Amino acid sequence: MSNLSKPIPPAGGPNALEVDIRAKTFRGADGEDVRAIEAIAFSVAPASFATLIGPSGCGKTTTLRIILGLDREFSGSLKLPDSGGRVAAVFQEPRLLPWRTVDDNVRLVLSDEEADGDLDDLFEILGLAEMRSRYPAELSLGLARRVALARAFAIRPSLMVLDEPFVSLDEQTATRLRALLTNVWSARPTTAVMVTHNLREAVELSDRIIFLTERPARVRGVYEIDKPRAERDSRWREATLTSIAKRYSGIL
Amino acid sequence: MADDRQSGTAGRALMPASGAGVLPSVGPRLVTVVSLAGLLAIWWVAAILADSRVLPTPPQVAEAFWRDAATGELFFHLAMTLMRVVAAFVLAMVIGSVIGICLGMNREANRFFDPWLILFLNIPALVIIVLAYIWFGLNEAAAIGAIAVNKIPNVVVTLREGARTLDRDLEEMARVYRFSAMKTLRHVVLPQLQPYFAAASRTGISLIWKIALVVELLGRSNGVGFQINLYFQLFDVASILAYTLAFVAVMLTIEFFLVQPFEAHSTRWRPKRARG
Ligand SMILES: Nc1ncnc2c1ncn2[C@@H]1O[C@H](COP(=O)(O)OP(=O)(O)OP(=O)(O)O)[C@@H](O)[C@H]1O
Ligand SMILES: [Mg+2]
Repeated sequence: MSNLSKPIPPAGGPNALEVDIRAKTFRGADGEDVRAIEAIAFSVAPASFATLIGPSGCGKTTTLRIILGLDREFSGSLKLPDSGGRVAAVFQEPRLLPWRTVDDNVRLVLSDEEADGDLDDLFEILGLAEMRSRYPAELSLGLARRVALARAFAIRPSLMVLDEPFVSLDEQTATRLRALLTNVWSARPTTAVMVTHNLREAVELSDRIIFLTERPARVRGVYEIDKPRAERDSRWREATLTSIAKRYSGIL
Repeated sequence: MADDRQSGTAGRALMPASGAGVLPSVGPRLVTVVSLAGLLAIWWVAAILADSRVLPTPPQVAEAFWRDAATGELFFHLAMTLMRVVAAFVLAMVIGSVIGICLGMNREANRFFDPWLILFLNIPALVIIVLAYIWFGLNEAAAIGAIAVNKIPNVVVTLREGARTLDRDLEEMARVYRFSAMKTLRHVVLPQLQPYFAAASRTGISLIWKIALVVELLGRSNGVGFQINLYFQLFDVASILAYTLAFVAVMLTIEFFLVQPFEAHSTRWRPKRARG
């Protein structure tokens, strides 16, 4: 814990993340063009947490891939929080190296100077202390997701991208993992963008929720949340959910 | 009819009990021993029945073995052949893997070089060996090179298949986390290709030593192939078999004590149930 809760040099980059995708088209296998994104523009303030919510197949993963630099064929522009800073991703699947232990999977993303560093606190806070010498094949999906989170936080990124990190987990496990994410993230807030289908999740974690339309995606609206995370009790959550549902019909 | 059916079902009912109970307790090792002993017995009986110089009995072969083992001659020739096999194997695996991985990752290159590959796959080993000796002389480099060239196309095909199945997701992960090229190769790419390396070396080792004997027969003055040619001219089948079996034993030793432990080590991360 100590390492993570100590005052730490400012996390995240100095600038806001600014995404401005004017158009993104895929060339399908049959040669026909698929318009995935029409116009998505939003910004995420330094060290704040933004969530993208939209119907399935609307282009959320595509947006994240563009932010991660995995897809450069789009028109528009992108400004990262810190040009030289590191970016961490938690993908829809854990994407661990099956032939490496949990510990190695996390250490491999560190630079050579950091690779021998002390990760005990990080593993401890994520409940992975006992799992470090296991191989990914021996982990449940929930545990593998935690390792993916550990890996993302280990590099102390200036930008963190999460694509439905808790999908296909039972509600209890998902709730625990959300709490873990809130803990680790709050200990060292960094600029984060998360995709989810779960509005409750978004309300619990975010400073800003960006709603997207059907494909081709446009921004349908942005909802700001100012309440500190510690004060977001269940009554406040229900009230917020109701007010969002009223504003954006069909979202729940 | 009725009897038949009855005994049939009875037999089937007994099967699981005896099959599951007896065989595992006997152990796969013993089954192998019994099986080899059976083969030896058939050979022995056939040799006694034939009573001919061209089909010696096992003791005659053993005698030939001791004769050449005592002078150290046998071990010298085994070592020479083994040296060529190992050198050609390493050469073929390294060159073949590099070419195979490149072709598997680059569609255009693959389209261009695929005809070459098919051509090389279909050139008889003998032709490559003869041409190598003519072009490069009757020397060790030509011999080892000829063996390797025979094997390279196989390695290329296998590793190309492996490179085509590389996981895009893991590659993207490596890119996002800024793995260096070396790190990606070592921790992301090569482990995925491990089964293909294993397959290529499996088929490789047996193919290579067979070709090595031909190479020695045609243009070397030592090695198992040279000795076999010598004893062929003397019509000494016992010695031919002695050399052959000795080298097979060497290869099996390598398989059991080097290849299999290495494979077990490099696949230790796989869930246990997936292993046979
Ligand atoms: N490589 C590709 N080639 C062609 N079309 C693609 C490609 N990748 C995505 N698409 C299409 O672009 C659209 C958006 O895909 P994307 O994966 O971004 O959706 P998503 O919002 O993440 O969906 P989900 O919520 O189901 O994960 C989909 O219609 C998809 O079929
Ligand atoms: Mg998606």
